[in-house]
Amino acid sequence: MGRTLSEKVWDEHVVRSTPGEPDLLYIDLHLIHEVTSPQAFDGLRLAGRQVRRPDLTLATEDHNVPTLDWDKPIADPVSRTQVETLRRNAEEFGVRLHPLGDLDQGIVHVVGPQLGLTQPGMTIVCGDSHTSTHGAFGAIAFGIGTSEVEHVLATQTLMQAKPKTMAVTVNGSLPDGVTAKDLVLNLIAHTGTGGGQGYIVEYRGQAIEELSMEGRMTVCNMSIEWGAKAGMIAPDQKTFDYIQGRPEAPTGADWDAAVEHWTSLRTDDDAVFDKELVLDASTMTPFVTWGTNPGQGVPLGASVPTPEDFEDVSDQVAAQKALEYMGLEAGTPMREVKVDTVFVGSCTNGRIEDLRLAADIIKGHTVAPDTRLLVVPGSVRVRLQAEEEGLDVVFKEAGAEWRGAGCSMCLGMNPDTLQPGERSASTSNRNFEGRQGKGGRTHLVSIPVAAATAVRGTLSSPSDLASIG
Amino acid sequence: MDKFTTHTGVGVPLRRSNVDTDQIIPAVYLKRVTRTGFEDGLFAAWRNDPSFVLNDPVYAAGSVLVAGPDFGTGSSREHAVWALQNYGFKAVISPRFADIFRGNSGKAGLLAAQVDEKVVQRLWDLLEEQPGAEITVDLESRTVRAGAGPDAIEDSFDIDDYTRWRLLEGLDDIGITLGHDADIASYEASRPSWKPVTQHA
Ligand code: SF4
Repeated sequence: MGRTLSEKVWDEHVVRSTPGEPDLLYIDLHLIHEVTSPQAFDGLRLAGRQVRRPDLTLATEDHNVPTLDWDKPIADPVSRTQVETLRRNAEEFGVRLHPLGDLDQGIVHVVGPQLGLTQPGMTIVCGDSHTSTHGAFGAIAFGIGTSEVEHVLATQTLMQAKPKTMAVTVNGSLPDGVTAKDLVLNLIAHTGTGGGQGYIVEYRGQAIEELSMEGRMTVCNMSIEWGAKAGMIAPDQKTFDYIQGRPEAPTGADWDAAVEHWTSLRTDDDAVFDKELVLDASTMTPFVTWGTNPGQGVPLGASVPTPEDFEDVSDQVAAQKALEYMGLEAGTPMREVKVDTVFVGSCTNGRIEDLRLAADIIKGHTVAPDTRLLVVPGSVRVRLQAEEEGLDVVFKEAGAEWRGAGCSMCLGMNPDTLQPGERSASTSNRNFEGRQGKGGRTHLVSIPVAAATAVRGTLSSPSDLASIG
Repeated sequence: MDKFTTHTGVGVPLRRSNVDTDQIIPAVYLKRVTRTGFEDGLFAAWRNDPSFVLNDPVYAAGSVLVAGPDFGTGSSREHAVWALQNYGFKAVISPRFADIFRGNSGKAGLLAAQVDEKVVQRLWDLLEEQPGAEITVDLESRTVRAGAGPDAIEDSFDIDDYTRWRLLEGLDDIGITLGHDADIASYEASRPSWKPVTQHA
């Protein structure tokens, strides 16, 4: 019987397999950041162990770093300690680090692909749940806990039980103005936040094939938001073109050998998935969340639901609580929801294409008077590229804040946070209570919705801008 | 990881069920960059209460925690196990553990011994009649013992075979994996040369 993409990649990485025990899986790339690694390095030190393969390990600073004054010492002592600890650990254990101020610093999931380190058929792990992003290249990529970080540092392997397989086939084409982000928010609203639990998901079908690599990363990034262990997309010519010429991409004969292998990484026609889901992209519209988990979303053209709309009693309770936290009245059209802050950035939507699209929509408009727009590139290279193209000028002329690279307002761990009660439209991936700062209220949105919302001050899509002129 | 065969130490009765990991160690205590020093945060909210059991000097040397069912639910934070260990606990006895907590305990070398609810009740009674009494948890024979004479308590506890073996041998996951070093090395030898590296010779 044929095998699925994920089974092929899994099988290629099994170091040891014994019935009744998890497989021992080899890890091709281990990404590290300041928050989840200190105890792992401390564990190595206590046990007198080394990093087995520093040459398969890469560290950068992203969660805690400020996006203003990044050339000055970090003001918050706790953040500074974590960052300094990472620097000391990288030095002591011989790990390559791209620190604040370095050309290759940025969000760990933006940096890997941009360096060409993320390639098809790899196993990639990081102490961060959005590691699933790298699956867009046809890699098995997932987040791990601190003990596992230590395990990978010491052995370059992980013990893992083989997950089940699921195919999500998205037929048809996305209508104009509807993006990868809308697609995945649609999917999560459809499955709920636990729908992917226990599965490695392969996204396939016309709409997925038509996405750019960056769009594919947006989809895979949010796999974890519906509970999947990992998300993957079969590599194709677009994937190869994206990788070719990047600093760590293979060259010459190595490139040919790599492409030959990558081409074999497709699900066989007779392979069987444990579960299959089919969606139609052609009927999708811009999608936004109203609640406090990524599954609580509706089309932008719809209204805030009432708890009674849900059949399940626990969903009703969850909706009630979410509405209270979000300060929303059931029945209010989503388009009338007034937003204080718009955040463009994160590992979901902080890449160059995202910034180009946002600038394209904002150009010639100004940010609404009571609204602030924060534009945060995912990496230093994304920032420099955007500046070369003059996108920073477009944002600044419209009245937006143009920042340095990092996770920024995706999570409340650095100075960029919401105030209690403040409402945001955010291109990031989590709208949990307090995620963007204590008491902050988050609506997850796509890039076009974020840009149009910044101009109008209420949740909007670019089609609403025509009347503004 | 140190081998765990048997341990005898002062038992601490924690008469509560559903002790979640936020109670074991609140989030504000998670900012350390080491694996040590979390004892300050252990049961932090409850320790403000002078009548909380750990505030009684008789339990100062406590090393065997006896808790109600569903111990360790909630957040997956490994710091909960570290906090108990940093404080001096070697074993926790409960009628039921949350899965992730039990897994984390096994990884870190804290014995999570699952006993019948009646046994916990009898241990609580004994520890309250004789504060400072010792409990023995014998991993080899999977028994818990306390007290003497006709009221002595002796019963079996549950722990899965794999975790028991690892604790007895003092093997952490990394230690076990390093035992397969030859397999890892031979896998590495067969990796294609075009796979990317982050450092170039
Ligand atoms: S941008 Fe957000 S989701 Fe992505 S790594 Fe940073 S904190 Fe995590």
